[in-house]
Amino acid sequence: MRLPPGVNSKDFSDAIKQFQEAVGNDWVFTTDEDLDLYRDSYSPFWHEDQDPVPSAAVAPHSVEQVQQVVRVANTYKIPIWTISTGKNLGYGGSAPLLSGSVVLDLKKMDRVLEVNEKNHYALVEPGVSYFDLYRYIQDRGLKVWIDVPDPGWGSLIGNSLDRGGGYTPMRDHFDSHCGMEVVLANGEILRTGMGALPGAQTWQQYRYGFGPYIDGIFSQSNFGVVTKMGFWLYPVPEGFRSGTVLVPRHDDLVPLIETLNYLMNSNIVQGTSTIGSPLLMSRTAAQSAGGSGGSALLMVPGGPSIEELENIGKANNLAYWSCNFSFYGPPKVIEAQWEYAKEKYSAIPGVKFEDGTEFKLPLSADQMEAAPKRQFGIPNLTIFGMMGRSEGHMWFSPIIPMTGEAVFEAQKVFGQAYKDMGVPSVQQIFVFPSSFFPRSFVILCGFPIAHDVEKNRRNREIFKGLVKVAAEHGWGEYRTHTAFMDTVANVYSFNNHALRRFHETVKDAVDPNGILSPGRCGVWPKHLRETRGLQS
Amino acid sequence: MKMALAIVLGLIFAAQVIAAPPGYAPDRASAARPDQAQIEQGHKVYDKWCYPCHGVGNDKPGTNSLAQRGQKPAVLEERTDLTAPVIKTFVRHGVLFMPMFRKTEVSDADLDAIAAYLTRNNKQ
Repeated sequence: MRLPPGVNSKDFSDAIKQFQEAVGNDWVFTTDEDLDLYRDSYSPFWHEDQDPVPSAAVAPHSVEQVQQVVRVANTYKIPIWTISTGKNLGYGGSAPLLSGSVVLDLKKMDRVLEVNEKNHYALVEPGVSYFDLYRYIQDRGLKVWIDVPDPGWGSLIGNSLDRGGGYTPMRDHFDSHCGMEVVLANGEILRTGMGALPGAQTWQQYRYGFGPYIDGIFSQSNFGVVTKMGFWLYPVPEGFRSGTVLVPRHDDLVPLIETLNYLMNSNIVQGTSTIGSPLLMSRTAAQSAGGSGGSALLMVPGGPSIEELENIGKANNLAYWSCNFSFYGPPKVIEAQWEYAKEKYSAIPGVKFEDGTEFKLPLSADQMEAAPKRQFGIPNLTIFGMMGRSEGHMWFSPIIPMTGEAVFEAQKVFGQAYKDMGVPSVQQIFVFPSSFFPRSFVILCGFPIAHDVEKNRRNREIFKGLVKVAAEHGWGEYRTHTAFMDTVANVYSFNNHALRRFHETVKDAVDPNGILSPGRCGVWPKHLRETRGLQS
Repeated sequence: MKMALAIVLGLIFAAQVIAAPPGYAPDRASAARPDQAQIEQGHKVYDKWCYPCHGVGNDKPGTNSLAQRGQKPAVLEERTDLTAPVIKTFVRHGVLFMPMFRKTEVSDADLDAIAAYLTRNNKQ
């Protein structure tokens, strides 16, 4: 029998019996065969001792069962690691950060409790995936849209709590939530916002309730187990259209993004926009940079100059930069919005426009099949097809300012960092910024996972190096794999780690035995704080 | 949220040599003819858990990956050479970017039903 750290076999056996009494024998897993299913399928520790494994997994079906399980864990001081659907691949999947933790698997809590198409919201449990809610809505012909991340098999609650993003006007998934139910470490149930009012009629309509607003402390944290959450939905729009703006010169990126800011912050553009580069993505530019992969996307020292690249673009009729736009709403309105965007961009000499797809809704079945699924809130797994026949991936994903100057700096900084760390060009995976969240850009640097110890060790070092370099330039990650949570938390160090010390103060107050998800996002309970769990 | 990765990752993530996961043990002899109710249940479970990756269409990464490997047909529902042990091994161990699936996602009974569905057209 695997044991949780700091727990003796007698106590653990007693706890397992009580877990079984709480959820039923079939939903407590203790065999190696069953527990191996909780390993991280995309683990950067494949075949290494550090690859975390749980000591047991418990799968409650109701909030009452969650309360019982948490109370047992609190009695025996057993660390429990909460997962919702466990499909957060690239960020830890279903595996605990602290090896030996008991996984609290909420997948069987999969009820859609309410979808309201008049006020456009849903209330769901943690095991509800984007696919589940989408099917629920489609089966009933409800006139609401969800927003989906890539891929779509994750949990709405899990993705929102990890502060994921998507593509439609509701793309900031934590921001689109309204109201939570949380089981605390002592087994007590808490409801946030209007949910604190018994018989509240606006739990999913008004976020704040009365008094301090605390929902944020349950995201990327380990202060409670979220068992219900409300989400605002998007009324099915009457129309959709997309368009792309292309500009010819390197320095055009500055006005391209400046205008994007204006359009986005004025709500003229509502969906995610991504900066692209037909020139730098071209094979010609890659060859000029002496390789493939990110060597052309990044300004790697020794690579082609801006002037040389502009000449390649001119000779091959390739725009240096592009930006795509999505518009949602009545056809006349979104047509006017696109025309207005063109008008604003016409100040850039040589600018070109490409009209994208235009849809009037609702869609027929054939149109639905052809529709851009992410932009229409249709869950899919297409993203996996974009990674070749790889064995997994993880992401280095810093937030940078939404300015052209910041993108230039990121190209140089990460290009230099890759060169300094001796990363071959083919592994310099750099994706241009996207506005997954309002008013800032996310950059994504992908790392392939391999079932190869040396490759993974090397990638972990590079990953940590990028975190450090980014922080030196004022950029921090928005989210990370469990393997790097301490690394990332360490760079959020303003005023001698005042924020982390505050988190620890809260942790000690609400979870004094430190049982809930030890180490999540760098927040460790008191007894593991010095060693960050490494003594286990 | 990674639409922008399409071109870059398609170019960069190196193709891997497929390896059968641990426990891979084709065993045609053990296949018993399933009943219709189990096949229908398997079809439902397959549609929920497998189709989004292994169904028909260019946006199905599992199908595309098998096609890249030269598998014909690449759509699992169209195959007649799969066996229950092989199906179960891949579901419980994963392969390449396909993760393993826990019993809270696909129960043993549901996995039996998936196997019944995907082997329904096998020649005995």
